[in-house]
Amino acid sequence: MGTPGEGLGRCSHALIRGVPESLASGEGAGAGLPALDLAKAQREHGVLGGKLRQRLGLQLLELPPEESLPLGPLLGDTAVIQGDTALITRPWSPARRPEVDGVRKALQDLGLRIVEMADENATLDGTDVLFTGREFFVGLSKWTNHRGAEIVADTFRDFAVSTVPVSSPCHLRSFCGMGGPRTVVAGSSDAAQKAVRAMAVLTDHPYASLTLPDDAAADCLFLRPGLPGVLPFLLHRGGGDALQKLSDVTLVPVSCSELEKAGAGLSSLCLVLSTRPHS
Amino acid sequence: MTTEVGSASEVKKESDQLGADATKEKPKEAAENQQNQSSDLEEEKDSQSSPSAKSQSSTQRQKRQKDPSESRGISRFIPPWLKKQKSYNLVVAKDGGDKREPTQAVVEEQVLDKEESLPEEERQAKGDAEEAAQRKQQVIKVDIEEEKPSVSSPETQPAEEVRKEEREEEKVKEIQEDKSEEAAKRETKEVQTNELNAEKAVQKATKKTKSVQCKVTLLDGTEYSCDLEKRAKGQVLFDKVCEHLNLLEKDYFGLSFQESPEQKNWLDPAKQIKRQLRNLPWLFTFNVKFYPPDPSQLTEDITRYFLCLQLRQDIASGRLPCSFVTHALLGSYTLQAELGDYDPEEHASHDLSDFQFAPSQTKELEEKVVELHKTHRGLSPAQADSQFLENAKRLSMYGVDLHHAKDSEGVDIKLGVCANGLLIYKDRLRINRFAWPKILKISYKRSNFYIKVRPAELEQFESTIGFKLPNHRAAKRLWKVCVEHHTFYRLVSPEQPPKAKFLTLGSKFRYSGRTQAQTRQASTLIDRPAPHFERTSSKRASRILDGALVGVVDQSLTKDSPGPGEVSAYGRGVVSTAIVQDGDGRRDLRSPTKAPHVHLIEGKKNSLRVEGDNIYVRHSNLMLEDLDKAQEDILKHQASISELKRNFMESTPEPRPNEWEKRRITPLSLQIQGRKGDHLFKDILSMTEKHQMAATRTVEEKAQAADKKRAPESEGPCAGASDAVKSSHETLNVVEEKKQAEVGKDERVITEEMNGKELSPGSGPGDIRKVEPLTQKDSTSLSSESSSSSESEEEDVGEYRPHHRVTEGTIKEEQEEDEEEVEEEPSQASQVVEREAAVPEASPDRHAGASVSAVETVTQEHVVALNIPAEKSVHEGAFKQDVSEDTEDEQHKVNGEVSHVDIDVLPQIICCSEPPVVKTEMVTISDASQRTEISTKEVPIVQTETKTITYESPQIDGGAAGDSGTLLTAQTITSDSVSTTTTTHITKTIKGGISETRIEKRIVITGDTDIDHDQALAQAIREAREQHPDMSVTRVVVHKETELDEGEE
Repeated sequence: MGTPGEGLGRCSHALIRGVPESLASGEGAGAGLPALDLAKAQREHGVLGGKLRQRLGLQLLELPPEESLPLGPLLGDTAVIQGDTALITRPWSPARRPEVDGVRKALQDLGLRIVEMADENATLDGTDVLFTGREFFVGLSKWTNHRGAEIVADTFRDFAVSTVPVSSPCHLRSFCGMGGPRTVVAGSSDAAQKAVRAMAVLTDHPYASLTLPDDAAADCLFLRPGLPGVLPFLLHRGGGDALQKLSDVTLVPVSCSELEKAGAGLSSLCLVLSTRPHS
Repeated sequence: MTTEVGSASEVKKESDQLGADATKEKPKEAAENQQNQSSDLEEEKDSQSSPSAKSQSSTQRQKRQKDPSESRGISRFIPPWLKKQKSYNLVVAKDGGDKREPTQAVVEEQVLDKEESLPEEERQAKGDAEEAAQRKQQVIKVDIEEEKPSVSSPETQPAEEVRKEEREEEKVKEIQEDKSEEAAKRETKEVQTNELNAEKAVQKATKKTKSVQCKVTLLDGTEYSCDLEKRAKGQVLFDKVCEHLNLLEKDYFGLSFQESPEQKNWLDPAKQIKRQLRNLPWLFTFNVKFYPPDPSQLTEDITRYFLCLQLRQDIASGRLPCSFVTHALLGSYTLQAELGDYDPEEHASHDLSDFQFAPSQTKELEEKVVELHKTHRGLSPAQADSQFLENAKRLSMYGVDLHHAKDSEGVDIKLGVCANGLLIYKDRLRINRFAWPKILKISYKRSNFYIKVRPAELEQFESTIGFKLPNHRAAKRLWKVCVEHHTFYRLVSPEQPPKAKFLTLGSKFRYSGRTQAQTRQASTLIDRPAPHFERTSSKRASRILDGALVGVVDQSLTKDSPGPGEVSAYGRGVVSTAIVQDGDGRRDLRSPTKAPHVHLIEGKKNSLRVEGDNIYVRHSNLMLEDLDKAQEDILKHQASISELKRNFMESTPEPRPNEWEKRRITPLSLQIQGRKGDHLFKDILSMTEKHQMAATRTVEEKAQAADKKRAPESEGPCAGASDAVKSSHETLNVVEEKKQAEVGKDERVITEEMNGKELSPGSGPGDIRKVEPLTQKDSTSLSSESSSSSESEEEDVGEYRPHHRVTEGTIKEEQEEDEEEVEEEPSQASQVVEREAAVPEASPDRHAGASVSAVETVTQEHVVALNIPAEKSVHEGAFKQDVSEDTEDEQHKVNGEVSHVDIDVLPQIICCSEPPVVKTEMVTISDASQRTEISTKEVPIVQTETKTITYESPQIDGGAAGDSGTLLTAQTITSDSVSTTTTTHITKTIKGGISETRIEKRIVITGDTDIDHDQALAQAIREAREQHPDMSVTRVVVHKETELDEGEE
């Protein structure tokens, strides 16, 4: 378990999934997505992978795109990983449920303990789950229900799992994230602030809260590849100056302006994990 | 006995029980006056009681039905008039019954040989119940008869125990049936010795009735037994156990007893064990009560060791959920601590399945444990324990005491009480959290539990959240746990004397132990070489016990959830060598035979659920009706914003470390060895004793404002009163009531009581208190309820404000269990009075709170009437009780009792009557999600508000009701100062040969907001106190008139 918060961002591998053409065309998802500039989206995705691999030094695994799974690149919705355990989610959208298969396989191969959500009544999108290093917050959103959150609690029993109502049509992680072990970063929208307040009530641990003007900017990833003497990284989508207030992290801007049209964010575009979480 | 009333179908049973109660009570009286006259009266009581039994609530019925301790034996078919006889027969056996512990069969024999204690014998008899019951009874009967001629005391005791006896026996039977196999074996043994024992019992019964054998299951699964004086307080036993364990940092621990399979209660150290147990067997488990948030701050390894043992139980039983990895990690530290470094050869000989690392243990887990164990090489047992704790303490459910409940919408939730506050869970999910600083008040009413929380940032009004507990006792238990946790973890602050922290407003229940800060401070003074102790693994212990059967039996009996100990108990039966390690990691091999000696009795598994009861912070006050009403009431309670700010301003809990640090710094002058609670009550005790000794029969009344004054700091009720007054600042009027007024009240009360006769039998003040002020009908039903459950803790209503200062105006005191029992006829009048007083409280009260917070007062007037009833009455009550119970050592005990009673008694009731004007919107929130969206829409309207708050001692002069006595003298003195006018009435009366002095002071404080009314009141109280050091404050009436300003706030 380590020191509280220490586990946050610990990672050795990153998992991403290529952008299929079907995403750009808006087909298949049934989500009425706007058309994307496929090339740009793929470029952005490529840059993300490059930074994860080169800048952060992570082992990068890229799952091949599948045309039948236009939202496949948003694999952050398909699993919740903490330590050596990966909870394979049951996405709210039935169309997306097949996405979990490839991810499951990959995570299994990496040696994680796989936990499935067998309950037919549970829905959970991975990006509704925020792990702070000390506890989990599960956003009860359009995509995630109480039962889904309960399974998170069942899976990660060491940690408190609190539910946070999410009022906006977004995932919890789309407007908040961790800027560090003790810092919650959130956008300034009502939904974001509301969620942050709820979290403040629910937590036993004091977190600093950093409010960013833009919700999307709060969709950041705090990553600690574990290289000795190297500052942890914070992948962000260009949050502006506010993030400069965060100390002890190396800011790594990543653009996903095109992909975000499909609802993607940093938290959904990659899964990070450590194959040796307890060392 | 349970507090709850039985179901309709069980009415008969109930009535029988009541009959038993009556039987019990009667003998007491008989002892006082004459013996052997009670049977007729008893019958009457029975008839009276049964009606009451019928008016029980369904909820409670259900509970009852489940309650194993319910009487279901032959006794229920026996007519009341026969019952008494029977009970007497059983009396002797009763003692044994308490101990009755099937598990102990083997051990018992040993003990018996060397020590022919009555309890032992009886126990055996009990175990044997079915077969030997008859014989035993006969023997016992003889015994009793012999006793009868003797002094009243022996008789009294048996009588009291009759009921217990019956139940015990029945219980035993049930158990035996269930466990026929084991029971059979045990019976055989017992039968053999039974006769002999019985004879001995007969001979010794008279002498031995005073001592009772206690059995305590320790954390390592062993059992500690000792003989206790029957009237011993919980502290005595606890100290003995701690001494046995060589444990100095004992404030984190407690003894619990099992009231029913689902319910475990904490033994209150400050109260007599007997009263808490009611008819339960004297079986306890030693458990961690307050989980240290940072175990590394514990001073001694031995303390950490016991904490480890507790956590292993918690983990194995599933109470402390862990992930697989954590199970493995913690298990590996357990192995390191118990086995030392991983040794491939030795390891082969260990069967890890003997250890329980998780509720359900897999081979995979065991392998993982071993794998991790290898990595701990070099860690000493103490280090391994520390590592274990470092990891365990981070678990989210560490130290969280869960209670099942329903929210306002009937949804099943769990309330978790922990060091930081109250957590609300739905399933496994945390859906809300109320840190202690956010909670303004905790209260319970019947089976409802309420918390009043400070308004959120953008809200103006406090909100009260209600939860429905399975039954009244569960609600009370939860309330107590909250009070204790709050006190323990949060209350020591440098500015206030330790005593102050323990007090809760107007309440009798309070946490009597040290707070964490204090215990930490005390720990720093520990100066002894690290004690050597043996780390006996549960595994080994169990093995040893296997042969004995003891373990198994115990388990069945206790129904504990599986813990490490259990594992052992059920262990494979391998005979074994016990490996014991001391703190230094040395290991010794022990022969199996030796082990038993080391641990007197092993094999008992203690996985008692530390569910819920706490000890001392009890108060109760708020009268809450139904959920809605109650909430309203609470809501309206007045709270002063400034007060709130002062006390709880920290909107966000500080990080633990800081808090701890801060506390550590707090200067404390407590002695390490000091007993819990002793220091707490010192002041009060001294006062009381003084009274007793000197004024023996003279009842004095004083206006002891001083008393109250002081109280705020240390004693609860009084403090509460003054605090309350303070909270409503503005003008203070201290009014002392005249005795006449009081008399009138009493009479009225009596009338009421007549109406609801069912109440009277056995019901103490507490019962009445439960009664809702509102309607007579209501009260009646309540009272009946209480009467049926008189034995158990009566309070239906509890209230606790987690602040040093009380912000509320209305406080109602509840009786403590002790008092409840103590109460007898004479006192009822006073009780009634209280109830009556309560009536006004309800409605007025509810409006108070809101208005205050929302409105700024221009001018306020508080009228405080301090009525200090003579100590006498209190003493009397206590005295009587003692007499009835035990004629022999009353004087002694009386003193002790009195002090106790006195404390509890202080202000019992606070009534608020005030024309409700403003008010608040009631908001119920149980889910964080809803929270932010709730806002109050009703803006308080400005107006003038009048409010009267009355605090009364529960046992206000019992004599007052019946005969008003003869008035000797009366005088009135008036004095003025700047903003206060004080009128003093002194009345002396004689009733029944007892002279009583009553002083009533009326203090009128007038002024605007510039005047610190609180100060003024406090001053007045202080002065009164100083002037009449011997007297106690019986009643405080605060009348406040406030002009509310609109638009303010």
